[in-house]
Amino acid sequence: MTDETARQDGREREAVIAARGLVVGFSGEPILEGLDIDVWRGEILGVVGGSGTGKSVLLRTLIGLTARSAGTIEVFGRDFDRISGEERQHIGRRWGVLFQQGALFSSLTVLQNVAVPLREHMRLSDDLADQLARLKIEMAGLPADACGKYPAELSGGMIKRAALARALALDPDIVFLDEPTAGLDPIGAAEFDQLILRLRDTLGLTVFMVTHDLDSLVTITDRIAVLGNRRVLVDGTFAELKTFDHPWVRAYFNGPRAEHFTFG
Amino acid sequence: MGSAEGARDDVTVLGIAGDWTVETVGAVLPAVAGKVAPGRHLVFDGSELGRLDTAGAWALIGLMRQQDKAGGSTELKDFPKPAASLIAEIDPLGRDELPEPPRVNPVTWTLEEIGRGAAAIIDDGYSVLATLGESATTFLDMLLWRRRMRWAALFNNIGRAAIQAVPIIALMSLLVGMIIAQQGSFYLSSYGADVLVVDMVGVLTCRELGVLLTAIMIAGRSGAAYTAELGSMKMREEIDALKVLGLSPVEVLVLPRLLALIIALPILTLVSDLAALAGAWIVGLYYIGIPTDVFLDRLKAALTVTYVLIGLAKAPFMAAIIGLIAAIEGMKVKGSAESLGEHTTAAVVKAIFMVVVTDGIFAMIFATIGI
Repeated sequence: MTDETARQDGREREAVIAARGLVVGFSGEPILEGLDIDVWRGEILGVVGGSGTGKSVLLRTLIGLTARSAGTIEVFGRDFDRISGEERQHIGRRWGVLFQQGALFSSLTVLQNVAVPLREHMRLSDDLADQLARLKIEMAGLPADACGKYPAELSGGMIKRAALARALALDPDIVFLDEPTAGLDPIGAAEFDQLILRLRDTLGLTVFMVTHDLDSLVTITDRIAVLGNRRVLVDGTFAELKTFDHPWVRAYFNGPRAEHFTFG
Repeated sequence: MGSAEGARDDVTVLGIAGDWTVETVGAVLPAVAGKVAPGRHLVFDGSELGRLDTAGAWALIGLMRQQDKAGGSTELKDFPKPAASLIAEIDPLGRDELPEPPRVNPVTWTLEEIGRGAAAIIDDGYSVLATLGESATTFLDMLLWRRRMRWAALFNNIGRAAIQAVPIIALMSLLVGMIIAQQGSFYLSSYGADVLVVDMVGVLTCRELGVLLTAIMIAGRSGAAYTAELGSMKMREEIDALKVLGLSPVEVLVLPRLLALIIALPILTLVSDLAALAGAWIVGLYYIGIPTDVFLDRLKAALTVTYVLIGLAKAPFMAAIIGLIAAIEGMKVKGSAESLGEHTTAAVVKAIFMVVVTDGIFAMIFATIGI
């Protein structure tokens, strides 16, 4: 065990999300079965897995968009099934979600998109809501003139940044990112990685990130969970997973694309 | 820090306590706005600060900027390290003004809109002719076996446009036939001419109302569906994909729908005529008291085949108009969901309007040639 995990195993770590025995299936075979996963406060957790192993389904289940047939999810130490609707709404404000395609509202400008959660959930003057939205847009690395543009006028990278700004609008404790760097060029992807890292440090975010980008996994994740056989096969740092004995994990972390990431 | 404070006499210390978050900042901001001290050195004491998030940091920075503007200076003291670094991170942001949206002059704006509207009508006319031309030449190629007819798409569309619409059109026409018969008898009975209701319903529905009602229903039903289908395909770049694959969107998407409507509308018109006559017969039999044999005799005398054919002859033209307008509006859809709604509405409104106009033109033509 490395020093890193030893420190994480210390007393101070707190599970922001703890899921136990999740079973999710649509019709027929379950996609996830008996899955346990923890997300610790302040970490960047990468979730990887082959196509169809249920990475996005897991993300959607954790935030309550997809129904599960069994299992419990504790969010901030509260059982998600046993809380009132009001409390659930309150918890909903403490997380932000970046959907794979951005899911920006197409009839609103970028500024209006980011201001939606601020206006709907908070008692703020319109002016202040706009100022805060603009601040988030700049923090997400978009130029100020992007504020007045509509989603259809944005490039793929700008859509991701605008969607991240909306996810961060209420200063959430945890953000869920579904393939944040997919479809970005390597430079844009690297910038996005650094952006997430910087926001984690300044805002104290916890990040749950579904990704396939080996560069992201190596540079910014603290821990990687590998999905397979309908559950979490293994979790650990990149260096630890390189030596894990499972055909898919070995192929993924030691394949030709992973070769140039060497660790002592 | 502490010694510096003692050395100056223009220092005001402002304690920043409690939570400064997006949930509290709306209430906090008006209270602190008056704390700006012109010409003095304002020290923010963060030793009792609770939670601080971006919104709170932004509020503090706003206060610091106001103080700077009022000719004073500011200093942060005893802020926890994460809070201080968050403030430092945000400080350079949000400085330059957003570009103001250009002001519009209401007079020129109105004139511009009128001009744009007029140009759009011409554009629409051009698009209708272009799409009609391309559809016609494609159809000719198919008749000459130079191009494959898309039978599956055609029959699928006929199924959706015609067969699935039969129940609603029959029901609607049945009710309209009944209403006309009942209302007509109410007035005709004062002349003792109850039985003429049969003439009225027969001629009115077969010549005008049957086809008009059906066309309006189909414009709302199939026309809207076609615009929404083509529009969402346009939004997802499926239309572009077809073009890149060397296929013509008119051939693959528009023509099967257009032909389906041209085939469906006359059939549905006949259904509508029959249903309306059935409605009149039911009301005649049970409400007015016209026996079935009298009803059929009157109908035979009043309703010639020409009247039915006049109604049916209009149907393919109306179908083509509905289909063309739906296709053109679908192709005009842009990126947003709002645009899809806008063009679907436009397709239905324009199609219904043009159907009524067409009916008027046919009335003039038939009057001129005397039938």
